[in-house]
Amino acid sequence: MHLSEAVNSGFFFLAPWLVFAPLTGLLINLIFSKWFKFSEKMVGTVASLASGAAFVVSVLLAYSVSINHGEMMRWHLAEWIHIGTLELDWTFRMDSLSTTMMLVVSGVGTLIHIYAIGYMHEDVRFKKEEGRFTRFFIFLNLFIAAMMILVSGDSYMMLFVGWEGVGLCSFLLIGFWYEMDTLARPSWANSNAAKKAFITNRVGDFGFLIAGFLMFWYLGSFQFDEVFEAAKTAPDGIIVAITLFMLVGVAGKSAQIPLYIWLPDAMAGPTPVSALIHAATMVTAGVYLVTRSAEIYTLVPQAQYIVAMTGAGTALFAATIAVGQYDIKKVLAYSTISQLGFMVAAVGMGAYVAGMFHLITHAFFKALLFLSAGSVILGMERGHHHLAHHAAHDDHGKGKKKEGKKEDHGHDEHGEVFDPGDMRNMGGLRKTMPVTFWLYMIGTLALAGIFPFAGFWSKDEILLDASLHFTSIYWQLTLAAFMTAFYMGRQVWMVFFGKPRHEAAAHAEESPKVMTVPLMVLAALSVLGGALNLPFEGFHNLGHWLGYTLAEVESLPLDLKVAGISTVLALAAIFTSWWIYGRNPLKAGQIDPLKKPLGFIFTGMENKWFVDEGYFAIIINPFKKASQFLADVIDWRFWHDFVHDTVILGTYNWLSEIALNNYADQKGIDRFANWLGEATQSVSATLRKVQNGFVRSYALSVMLGVVLILGYLIFK
Amino acid sequence: MEFLLQPLTLLTFFPLLGVIVLLFMNSEAKTAIRWVAMVTSLLTFGVSLWVLLQFNASNPDLQLVAKYSWINVAGWNIYYYLAVDGLSILLVLLTAFLTPISLLSTWTAVEDRVKDFMIFFLLLEVGMMGVFLAQDLFMFYVFWEFTLVPMYFLIGLWGGPRRIYAAVKFFLYTMAGSILMLVAILWLGIYGNTFSVPDLIAKGAIPANIQWWLFLAFTAAFAIKVPMWPLHSWLPDAHVEAPTAGSVILAGVLLKMGTYGFLRFNIPLFPEATVKAAPWIALFATIGIIYGAAVSYAQQDVKKLVAYSSVSHLGFVMLGMFALNVQGVSGAILQMINHGISTGALFLLIGMVYEQTHTRDIKVYGGLWKVMPVFGTIMLISSLSSMGLPGLNGFVGEFTILLGAFGSKAIGNPWYAGISAIGVIMAAVYILYMFQKMFLGPAGEITHHHELKDLNWREILTVAPLLILMFWIGLYPAPFFNLIAPAVEKLVSALPL
Repeated sequence: MHLSEAVNSGFFFLAPWLVFAPLTGLLINLIFSKWFKFSEKMVGTVASLASGAAFVVSVLLAYSVSINHGEMMRWHLAEWIHIGTLELDWTFRMDSLSTTMMLVVSGVGTLIHIYAIGYMHEDVRFKKEEGRFTRFFIFLNLFIAAMMILVSGDSYMMLFVGWEGVGLCSFLLIGFWYEMDTLARPSWANSNAAKKAFITNRVGDFGFLIAGFLMFWYLGSFQFDEVFEAAKTAPDGIIVAITLFMLVGVAGKSAQIPLYIWLPDAMAGPTPVSALIHAATMVTAGVYLVTRSAEIYTLVPQAQYIVAMTGAGTALFAATIAVGQYDIKKVLAYSTISQLGFMVAAVGMGAYVAGMFHLITHAFFKALLFLSAGSVILGMERGHHHLAHHAAHDDHGKGKKKEGKKEDHGHDEHGEVFDPGDMRNMGGLRKTMPVTFWLYMIGTLALAGIFPFAGFWSKDEILLDASLHFTSIYWQLTLAAFMTAFYMGRQVWMVFFGKPRHEAAAHAEESPKVMTVPLMVLAALSVLGGALNLPFEGFHNLGHWLGYTLAEVESLPLDLKVAGISTVLALAAIFTSWWIYGRNPLKAGQIDPLKKPLGFIFTGMENKWFVDEGYFAIIINPFKKASQFLADVIDWRFWHDFVHDTVILGTYNWLSEIALNNYADQKGIDRFANWLGEATQSVSATLRKVQNGFVRSYALSVMLGVVLILGYLIFK
Repeated sequence: MEFLLQPLTLLTFFPLLGVIVLLFMNSEAKTAIRWVAMVTSLLTFGVSLWVLLQFNASNPDLQLVAKYSWINVAGWNIYYYLAVDGLSILLVLLTAFLTPISLLSTWTAVEDRVKDFMIFFLLLEVGMMGVFLAQDLFMFYVFWEFTLVPMYFLIGLWGGPRRIYAAVKFFLYTMAGSILMLVAILWLGIYGNTFSVPDLIAKGAIPANIQWWLFLAFTAAFAIKVPMWPLHSWLPDAHVEAPTAGSVILAGVLLKMGTYGFLRFNIPLFPEATVKAAPWIALFATIGIIYGAAVSYAQQDVKKLVAYSSVSHLGFVMLGMFALNVQGVSGAILQMINHGISTGALFLLIGMVYEQTHTRDIKVYGGLWKVMPVFGTIMLISSLSSMGLPGLNGFVGEFTILLGAFGSKAIGNPWYAGISAIGVIMAAVYILYMFQKMFLGPAGEITHHHELKDLNWREILTVAPLLILMFWIGLYPAPFFNLIAPAVEKLVSALPL
């Protein structure tokens, strides 16, 4: 095809390269990096280019959709599973919704690839595993490929391939440092977190599968348009079942109640992973799924209401936990769950544009926050490293006085390991890491929903929609928004203001450009992202764009009351956080000032409301016990040892004994019984015995069987 | 000569050529012996591909027929009758494919009596081929029983510490079921005046109540072989004690003889009884799926873990087969192949590390991925294939099976499929448990104290073909489904549903 032709008609033929581009990067790094001894820069560049290529393809596809006036296009690559009426294909679907997701995934993804070159360079050195650098980028490319399958598939099952594929990548990347815990001590913790993520997601996938089965047998297809068409005439009960089972899948992937529990643990992964997978892209897949399925959700308001309530409940619940966390990434993790709750609530209410809008802006500012948090953690590590190095250096010079100090230090290391992510160790970082500080502030203001940052516009659109349709959801979300501003304020005061509470914080060092430049891009997007869909006539760009794909699009004008309330509340929350954490900065070793006034409520928040413990008590431990019981008692001791070895074999024995004693003169039976007797002894038999004829008698018995049949046939 | 050059005759008995050569070889010339066996099995695989070339995928009927009157007494005809159709072509290929792979895995693992080992292995291949190709009940029965002998010796002579016990149990268990089948075969032969299966099917109309008894008798033999819950007790013993190559063939092919038996005999010969039995088989299959997965999770011996996972996986095959619709049955056939590939790979891989460490205790491993990166990666892919990750082979089979069972008229309700889908979650639980405890986490005792070597080229070559198939079937299963579709269509449409 000529380029001019493509420019005029579209680049749809490039669709498979959404997946092939990152896969190519993966394969190059996998196969050639060892042979040609790629440097870290080379590996990172290959991976970033691969992801960047996917971004370019996404841009071209979005362009192609727009010049075709938003018309949906398909690109058929190959047949997948065809059996009878079941027809699944590898077909890419390009419309305004899927290209939007492609842009977000590959755009943010590429920035994070670049950032990760700098981050992983240091991370692998802190962990003394420099050989693992390449593996990280292989997994990251694999993730982009899987995510692209997810967003570009033209059927629920192709989407599901990406859906589980990203789950796998999540598993691999959470468990990237699989032999340690987050503090780099030898432990099962990280691999446990990885496993937990995968299994919890599989629970969600179970729901997805059941929804799929219902879809096939009642609606006759997995292909989006065919499903939507058939749904119009299907009984309500079926649609409700499909949408609710799908919600189980959404709850798994997008970390909603009751399946959100894996996401906080997922912070065990390197920070770029937390940003890319567990904040910006993968976890929004559930929101995408509901938006994609808008046409069937719209048919059943009762299911929509349940989706919206799940989202709103999650938004509020997770926000309360975020208030009580001390780990910089854990706060952001619960914040992510909470913000995903906002999105799910939005798409549940039918406010698909608002949900997608928030998905996009959240991808910008949450990626920014996570990556900045990564920068903070590395800065702390550098400070800590610097100190340790310094102390060791000092050791050589001075004599006696050091001795005592060294002992002190040793004690410290034995008792407690330095945690670079613990906000109680931080403080005053705005002086040592000024660039990171300003970037973090932008992210915080965007997340808190302060005018005119991106988060303000998108969150307000959700709140506005809720205020018009569902009062209870509106109040839940508003309260959650208040707490969002509060815990972000708390975090900023604790991390960047006051005095350093640990030596490492005092000596923290700023991150290199390869890390801060991608952050600046994200910061710019977090400031300006709101422009995508301003609530003024003629500025509903995203709404207009998505309107090509979604049947109903509400374009609401700015409501000063709703915007006013949320702004006042956000400012009030930040002020409160200043009152508690900023006015009198935390001192080293001081307990959280909220602990006293809130009492057991704060204990609940600190301990994540004991939900993990609940799951252990109700599901995990009983399952372990049951499987142990089945395996040891039922299957082995009863079925294997007692029934088979004792009863059946014993009866054999006993019978053969009788047969031997009573009919010893009958040669045939004698022989048969002997054979059985030997079978029993065989439990303790030795190899010698095998060679001694008794095996031959088995072979003989087979022959005997054949002879018997023949005899029967002949002499019948 | 014409008789010998028929594709299927050649395929079935080709390994005997190798056996004859081996018989005349000096048993000390181990390398030469290995090469002779290897070349024989590779040539057999070549013959199977030649058969595939001649196979017409759009024809639902038996093809490449070799039919001769064999035993003619008292007015009955026992035929030498070999033929292949869509129901068996993939299993034939799988058998020919897995044999050289298994042999390659024994290169350094079997040092004792290599010649005997190879002879038994090639004899086993003859037996398995015969089982999948025979279309005469009598002939089928001979091959069916015949496979027991070499397998018995493979476990009994080259197995682990409790090999004798395991071998005898394997033998007796299978024999016990077979006796009932033998009675049913005799009844059929007398009733129909022939042992030829296509003729018996054509004759049809066995009274319903007798069908039921015959169905049960065949089921006794096949259900033990599969093994269906609760008749699985011989399986963990046999797997744990068998040498690696034995486990691979046992899981990969021998178990499929059971599921294949249902497909070839139970369903077309006893259609009314089949439809009647479907909900019951589905019930037992579902219990097996959940039970196998739960028990698997509690194992400390990694081979036992994989053995119990087979109970779960074969439950899926049975569930799909007795969905009795095209999706379910096609999925079941493909899943037989998938299970051979992924479980075969798991046993091979476990055998490779066992060769170095001589322990199968999951607890003493840990952190293997760090010291054996290639091994870890291959193990990961095989594990994911086994737990049904989309994009790999296991998913295609499990998905179509569950889909078929969910809407099956014969099973009558979606609950079995729904509950079995929980087995998909549980598969993730036990597989990831195994992978984590062995490959992730801090270095365990073994990883610490042994100088573990990563896979060498021969070992990589052993599993590479399996890995390729995992991706191929996962991403583009069309060529496989195309081979089986017409035969499945024919099988299903003949049922009174």
